[in-house]
Amino acid sequence: MDAIAQFISRAILQGTPLLYGATGEIITEKSGNLNLGIPGIMYIGAISGVIGGFFYQNGADRVEPFLAVLIPLLCCMFGSIVTSLLYCFLTITLKANQNVTGLAITTFGVGFGNFFGGSLIKILKSDVPYLSLVKIAQAYKTPIFPFAEDMSSIGKMFFSYGFMVYFAVIIAVVSGFVLKKTKAGLHLRAVGENPATADAAGINVTLYKYLATTVGGMIAGLGGLFYIMDYSNGIWSNNGFGDRGWLAIAIVIFSIWKPSMSILSSYLFGALYILFNYINVPMTYIPLIQMLPYAVTIIVLIATSVRKKRENQPPASLGLSYFREER
Amino acid sequence: MNALELKNVTKRFGEVVANKNINLSVQSGEILAILGENGSGKTTLMNMIAGIYYPDEGEIFVNGKPVTISSPKDAFNLKIGMIHQHFKLVDIFTATENIVLGIQEKQKFNLKDAEKRVAEISKKYGFDIDPKKKIYEMSVSEKQTVEIVKVLYRGADILILDEPTAVLTPQETEKLFKVIKTMKEDGKSIIIITHKMHEVLSVSDRVAILRRGEYIDTVVTAETNEAELTEMMVGKKISLNINRSEPENSVDRLIIDNLNLTNTEGIKILDSISFTAKSGEILGIAGIAGSGQKELLECIAGLIKTTDGKICYIDPADDKEINLKEKTPVQIRELGVRLSFVPEDRLGMGLVGNMDIIDNMLLRSYKKGHSFFLDKKPPKQLADTIINDLEVVTPGPTTPVRRLSGGNVQKVLVGREIAASPTVLMAAYPVRGLDINSSYTIYNLLNQQKENGVAVIFVGEDLDVLLELCDRILVISSGSVSGIVDGRTATKEEVGLLMTKAKGVKENEEK
Amino acid sequence: MKKNEKVKSHEPFFHISKRTDISLKQGIIVRIIAILLALAVCGIVTKLFTGDDPISIFKTVFQGAFGTGRTLVTIHEIAILLCVSLAVTPAFRMRFWNTGAEGQVLIGCLSTAMCMFYLGGKVPDGMLILIMAIFAVLSGIIWAVIPAFFKAHWGTNETLFTLMMNYVAIQLIEFFLKIADKSGSNVVGPDLLSHGWFPRLFGENYILNIIIVAVLTVLLYIYLNYSKHGYEISVVGESENTARYIGINVKKVIVRTMALSGAICGIAGLLLVGGASHSIDSNLADGRGFTAIMVAWLAKFNPVTMVLTSLLIVFLERGADEVSSKFGLNADFAEILTGIILFFIIGCEFFINYKINFNHKKNSVKEDK
Repeated sequence: MDAIAQFISRAILQGTPLLYGATGEIITEKSGNLNLGIPGIMYIGAISGVIGGFFYQNGADRVEPFLAVLIPLLCCMFGSIVTSLLYCFLTITLKANQNVTGLAITTFGVGFGNFFGGSLIKILKSDVPYLSLVKIAQAYKTPIFPFAEDMSSIGKMFFSYGFMVYFAVIIAVVSGFVLKKTKAGLHLRAVGENPATADAAGINVTLYKYLATTVGGMIAGLGGLFYIMDYSNGIWSNNGFGDRGWLAIAIVIFSIWKPSMSILSSYLFGALYILFNYINVPMTYIPLIQMLPYAVTIIVLIATSVRKKRENQPPASLGLSYFREER
Repeated sequence: MNALELKNVTKRFGEVVANKNINLSVQSGEILAILGENGSGKTTLMNMIAGIYYPDEGEIFVNGKPVTISSPKDAFNLKIGMIHQHFKLVDIFTATENIVLGIQEKQKFNLKDAEKRVAEISKKYGFDIDPKKKIYEMSVSEKQTVEIVKVLYRGADILILDEPTAVLTPQETEKLFKVIKTMKEDGKSIIIITHKMHEVLSVSDRVAILRRGEYIDTVVTAETNEAELTEMMVGKKISLNINRSEPENSVDRLIIDNLNLTNTEGIKILDSISFTAKSGEILGIAGIAGSGQKELLECIAGLIKTTDGKICYIDPADDKEINLKEKTPVQIRELGVRLSFVPEDRLGMGLVGNMDIIDNMLLRSYKKGHSFFLDKKPPKQLADTIINDLEVVTPGPTTPVRRLSGGNVQKVLVGREIAASPTVLMAAYPVRGLDINSSYTIYNLLNQQKENGVAVIFVGEDLDVLLELCDRILVISSGSVSGIVDGRTATKEEVGLLMTKAKGVKENEEK
Repeated sequence: MKKNEKVKSHEPFFHISKRTDISLKQGIIVRIIAILLALAVCGIVTKLFTGDDPISIFKTVFQGAFGTGRTLVTIHEIAILLCVSLAVTPAFRMRFWNTGAEGQVLIGCLSTAMCMFYLGGKVPDGMLILIMAIFAVLSGIIWAVIPAFFKAHWGTNETLFTLMMNYVAIQLIEFFLKIADKSGSNVVGPDLLSHGWFPRLFGENYILNIIIVAVLTVLLYIYLNYSKHGYEISVVGESENTARYIGINVKKVIVRTMALSGAICGIAGLLLVGGASHSIDSNLADGRGFTAIMVAWLAKFNPVTMVLTSLLIVFLERGADEVSSKFGLNADFAEILTGIILFFIIGCEFFINYKINFNHKKNSVKEDK
């Protein structure tokens, strides 16, 4: 029982960066933008937070937990918002191809993250040996429910995490609610489905696309921050974030564009990611288990397109730029 | 007081005058029909009221006050709503979601309340819609209802319906008219664009007639009749001086028998169509736009599969019948049938806009020969020939066709189709949007083909042209043949009457 | 025309319209300006991080790409990137967004490596190379045709499908690595893949690879521009309605074209393993499948222009590598510079495809007439 609870805890920690990425990408895609730059934006979010944290940790006399959390958080949001705005400017205002722009953002973002992760100390001629933000990570990792320590393993499974784990769930739930129940959500979905109709109904298509993509990118960036500050204990390693950004895009499909579904799918994918540590399979077969999330996603993608249930399709204008006079 | 009044409204598109000095008025609790042929400027006029176009000259009054309508929003604020022919709806949304889309209200967003209001409106006017039903599950008539409710929900007092019955079955039309009458009793003003005579007569209080962008007159429906309206609509015959020779050695070339086609919505597009196209003659097809002409030609060309009826080609070599039904365009070509087709959508179907003239010549012939590679010599020659013979204005044969003007684009397309030395040549609206000179080039080309013994099928919209160019005219109304007349003896009124005749109302008309 | 009417109420500063009349020369000028601007920004960024003067930086960049003993490696890098770019081109001309070139290349690598591993020493080397080629091409085709089939028949979103296929391929390689090398290393090296190496021509490595890619470039150029298949691809890409009108079987063309894309990716995999690294790991394609999309797009899907665009990208990457190693910076510096250049070129396309009309005076005069 303890082992299972522990496994689930690890899966949740693994799944949380994915959940941020997936929620962000869902909001983005709902506006008709297929942002393949999300993996890059998550890197940028992470490194921006790290840079902010680095300055604070090395500059301040005493690390205040509140500021230790707030400064990297704001830096992370700033970094991912700026990058998302770049994507928006290119694809919405300049009507560039979304796939090419997204891939360029990812190339840039991963490079940006790794470059600063690897060279920050050198550039600043700082006297610390390597990029480690343990003190800041502590602030992030502090469980927000202090009573969790005294609980059984089952209780810990629910209450033992830092605030960002819960924050991810809250964001997903709120996004789901906004998309489904509010006027802004309705308008956003209309923009992603049929921008010409939305335009004719008096909805500002450009504004909605910009907003959704930027907010989505910002949320995704938090996933990168969580990975460094919480999951990796504040230690940056190049390419450590790996292909989680792409996995987040897979989750979007797997959750058929529903943020509420993405919570469970993220944890499920997180579980699959670490499953090999917990089950007794020969080392050889581990890659086959790690393949599962992608294989399952493909099956979901095929199944939804073959079944043609209209609600489960990608937003109808996904990947297309909108030009009013091209009707 | 008039709910809406137009005074001397004029609208130009470049050189073309779409509306010239139009005067129009509609009162509260009145149904005004706007009657006119294709291209008479009805939709342009209504778009000015709905805020999509802005008039060049003239004034618009709402409830006696002069107003400026420069966007659909302005129109909504003046309580004017238009139901366009092409619906603007989000497929995966429910009726209510579509109805409230884009409305800026102070109060809290609540779909449940909105659904209630939708249900209230529906009840009041006798609509039959489920507020929670998704658009993609709806029939065309339900979608139209949603569009109407959308307008009413925004509080419109003046409703404009652009050809609302074009997509409806007779039963659905019946229902719509009932609703329109209820709205009228509620004090709303309704403007309905149509060209179906029986509808005008049965639903409207007054009729305004437009012809070639000009305002003819407004008459009280009760004081007029079909013949008078038709005459006002089509006008006097204008002589075009197209040279028409007597058909020589005319034999049957294409036999269509009892052709039926139903679209995915379950509406009959073609209803037991039968006719014969003969060699050495031009068979005109007349009819209101969207009566099934496009689909008919596409069925013959093998672009749409039909299971019902007969499409038969008579081979000039041995007089044998060749069945074309359920054949693809490639199969038709492989059977040795030389069928050329100038589709209505030139740059979207007949030609590829981004390709140059040479590559567009290749569209028809690229498969020729067994080589893996394209043979670009013949199309190059063909391109040069067409540019020379038809006087295509272009920097050269390697210019992308989308850069050419409309007339030159059409010359390229017709030139290519004729170059295949067809035995059957079908052309859908080949002069639409062309200037006079280009139009005459096209007429002459069709005439030449006829004199060469080709069976020419010409779908046109201008009755004067049809009557001067064609040997016989097939008139289509709502997907079925309402008559075949002799192009030399028929009158404009006769064809106009046949065009507006609807199936199932013949008995009424005869009374 | 339609826009003019709206001017009266709230006049926008400018109005954007589609441009169809730009000449080749103007297009090239816009792009050159964009690249120059991008290089200027890159220079500033580099200066910021290194403090070196611009001329010295440029020297270093050039050294990195074409310094002593590097030219051949650079040309080989160009060839491989070009090969993958060629692979994605036919599908893109058809507007089929294949983001799965990475996986298609990797699966080609895997088949090649498997042939070398299992058949090495058991069949003559010449024969082995032939078998490697066949399997590499076949596996590439399979990897590409699966998403194409679903796209053609059910409209399954090809961008997402091909993207996912990449990661399936990566894990398959990991699986093979575990089987082939029991030590748990994450690369199977030349010691285990000791047979089926491409012959050295003129005493140098890579020459055969470069020749193969050069031939492929010419062949693909001819295929796309002079063959009936290439013509069909263009028609389907431009307008499915026209394709229907002249009787092209669109589904067949989609599957056939993606098979070709996959086959060329398979060849790229073959060249990578058999002709260059003689080893395999899951990072062997090194993101080229994605970079290739940008290379092909920058070249407007013209195989010959792609030689230039892949040169530009590789030149930058190798040059930036040199800059970063000289100043002890991280090698990913190259990606940042590549990213900056891409943003500028992507952005400049707007000025080629659209025209900005400044509205206020001209139009209102027209209206008053």
